Amino acid sequence: MERIDAHPTHLFKGHKIRPGKPYPFGATLVPGGVNFSIFSHHADYCVLLLFEKGAPEPYAVIPFRGMFSKVGTNEPEWADFRIGKVFTMTILDLDHENIEYGYRMDGSSYPRARHGEPGIYRFDPSQILMDPYAKSIGGRDAWGVVPDKSDPYQHRSRIVFDDFDWEGDRPPELPIEDLVIYEAHVRGFTRHASSGIKSSMAGTFTGLREKIPYLKELGINCIELMPIFEFDEFEHSKYDEASGKWVKMNYWGYSTVGFFAPKAGFAATGRVGDGTMVADELKTMIKELHRNDIEVILDVVFNHTAEGNEYGPIISYCGIDNPTYYMLTPEGYYYNFSGTGNTLNCNNPIVRNMVLDALRFWVAEYHIDGFRFDLASILSRDPFGAPMANPPLLEALAFDPVLGKCKLIAEAWDAGGLYQVGSFPAYGRWAEWNGKSRDTYRRFLKGDCGMAGAMSQIIQGSPNLYRGRGATASINFITCHDGFTLYDTVSYNNKHNSANLEDNRDGANDNNSWNCGWEGETEDPAINALRRRQIKNAVSMLMVSQGVPMILQGDEVGCTKYGNNNTYCHDNELNWLDWTLVEKNYDLFRFFKHIIALRHAHPILRNGCHLRNQDWKGTGYADITWHGTQAWHADWNGNVIAFMLNGSYVKEGYDEDDFIYVAMNMHWDALPFDMPMLPPEYQWLLSVNTSMPSPEDIFPPGQERILDNQQSMLVGGRSVAILLGRKK
Amino acid sequence: MSLEAMLEMTAGGVAKIQLKGKLDAGTADDFQKRIEEAAGHKAQRIVLLMEGLTFMASAGLRTLIFAKQKMGATVDIYVIGAQTQVIETLEMTGLNHSVVIRDIYDPAEIEKV
Repeated sequence: MERIDAHPTHLFKGHKIRPGKPYPFGATLVPGGVNFSIFSHHADYCVLLLFEKGAPEPYAVIPFRGMFSKVGTNEPEWADFRIGKVFTMTILDLDHENIEYGYRMDGSSYPRARHGEPGIYRFDPSQILMDPYAKSIGGRDAWGVVPDKSDPYQHRSRIVFDDFDWEGDRPPELPIEDLVIYEAHVRGFTRHASSGIKSSMAGTFTGLREKIPYLKELGINCIELMPIFEFDEFEHSKYDEASGKWVKMNYWGYSTVGFFAPKAGFAATGRVGDGTMVADELKTMIKELHRNDIEVILDVVFNHTAEGNEYGPIISYCGIDNPTYYMLTPEGYYYNFSGTGNTLNCNNPIVRNMVLDALRFWVAEYHIDGFRFDLASILSRDPFGAPMANPPLLEALAFDPVLGKCKLIAEAWDAGGLYQVGSFPAYGRWAEWNGKSRDTYRRFLKGDCGMAGAMSQIIQGSPNLYRGRGATASINFITCHDGFTLYDTVSYNNKHNSANLEDNRDGANDNNSWNCGWEGETEDPAINALRRRQIKNAVSMLMVSQGVPMILQGDEVGCTKYGNNNTYCHDNELNWLDWTLVEKNYDLFRFFKHIIALRHAHPILRNGCHLRNQDWKGTGYADITWHGTQAWHADWNGNVIAFMLNGSYVKEGYDEDDFIYVAMNMHWDALPFDMPMLPPEYQWLLSVNTSMPSPEDIFPPGQERILDNQQSMLVGGRSVAILLGRKK
Repeated sequence: MSLEAMLEMTAGGVAKIQLKGKLDAGTADDFQKRIEEAAGHKAQRIVLLMEGLTFMASAGLRTLIFAKQKMGATVDIYVIGAQTQVIETLEMTGLNHSVVIRDIYDPAEIEKV
């Protein structure tokens, strides 16, 4: 039986039209046609423009209010395709694969702000606006193709099918405490010529998919992708006439154009100009990652958009409903808590729903396993920028049914000075990038005295910050995309950001790094050996800490950015992973691989709840005990700490594991460490000793060495030793 | 250019579908009809002769997936003589793992029972 809604009620210049459905917003395939729906609180004029793909001029301009013809009689009829404040119509018989669409809007009763001047309303019917709910965006289809800035419609909404064959894929739903997160950039991961990926696919979702065996071997089980929502790599770009090269790009992509569309330039298929294929390519990558038990977390940027301030382009949101989408001062200036010009008005109910809709879409359509929210503290501000006690967006995300099993991770600060590490409104769900763990690890690593106490908190998953929320509230990291790589953390005292052309003013100054005696590259074998050891020390500290560890792409092979701690703008070797390092620094890769395996092999390292520092089961040993060079005597003022985990306290005492003893000697000299005495049926096995050269530095699980001396061990200067206390 | 899709059944149950032109949303239906015909003949193998196919859009990929599902896991799909761009499309979307890609039609391989 044919459905009645496949028949038009109106005609407009040959186009067959029916009144639309307001939900869902965006362009949705319906029987026989496409339903268009867009909200604007203040617009009273809206027309839909239909383009052939890439065409400069629309082939159809269809108003939502005006004179149409009645189907059957062809009599003129006034029609108003609007429900509440939503413009909506269904257009039948569209070749949806080959069209792009946009809108023009106006609000005649509101004053219009001029470009470059403050104002509440930015309606401009001469501008073509992108759909905020566009599932695919054209205009930047292949990475790095210089756009035509005179094009009146730069970012073009497209329509996507959603019938990908997932072949039964389900998100792995790994417990968060079991994750080892790998922060990566899609393009940077395989763009380098050494990646071995075909040039047409290097730097894309396909390239990443081909490298899954590498990720699998490394042992990570979660990849956190830096922004993959459509952004404009040419935003604020800079071309150098002398060298004939783009010296600055928006490479990292923390500036969203559309929240529902994957970045076409990250897809090898993007240049085909078929948004559906971009979606397929990304989904195929995710499906393959899931098949390898690797989860996918997206770094999402809801704190601002690519429209900038009053001098920025009108792409979508500000032309549709400026005061709804952005936080504005009473004079019409943009609040700037993001440091990038504008701040998305996240706790406006419309914007809140858009954020929810977007995240639900990524979970439902792309099987995404979690999200890391860039500058998430902005999401807790009210429309005037004041922090809220009970921010509705954060609460809604925490309790959303579709997001029910997602990991939600906050970067719990913003550029407006709101620092919420440890106090982010969590609703029992949110985890945080623990910025304090980064600082503590780094200061302890470089040998600062008096850090043992702070380290003991980090090792336990920061109960001082997250009491009641458990260890998994803490995402522990030493490096991330912001700041030095791990190699640079042990090779530079100061940032070297001149390549960013900002007179070395950009990037953080408090790096807590130490160059091991020489700033930058050196041939000195002693310094290079110390740096390698420090890298191994760092990842060892990370992997034996409760909470969720995160490592940065390339740290496992000693990647350097030559001291640049803010490479957001470089589409070059500074950001592209050099795959020759895998061979060159194989000892590092091997160490990372085995220390990650150690973490996976020992659930006592991954308790969801905080340890209690008590022997509440009466086993003779507390769940965690603290030591120094002498057993049971920790020196909280020095640069040495040792601790022992009691394997009887795995998962609140419901499972069994080995004892694990870790000695961290960040003193410059070797020191003898007395181990605590084990029960008689147990013995000490050596798992890790970073003072030894590879392959004696780490023994894979099952191949640990029994120690000759079961009472004490000499731990080298600036070294970490890990012992297992196992039944004989 | 529109799509030409012609089906030929061999005595051994191999469905040979010759594709010429562009396989996109506008033409995918023709291809799909040939697949359904082949299914009606209880084809043991599907052979897609793609020398003359210049472009494959997402709708084409979808039809290939449809073919896989319609014919069942036991029916191999061979893609013969596809142009570079079409092969890349298959690789980029991972479908190259679901079909057998060959430069030329080799009866000894494909028509053996």
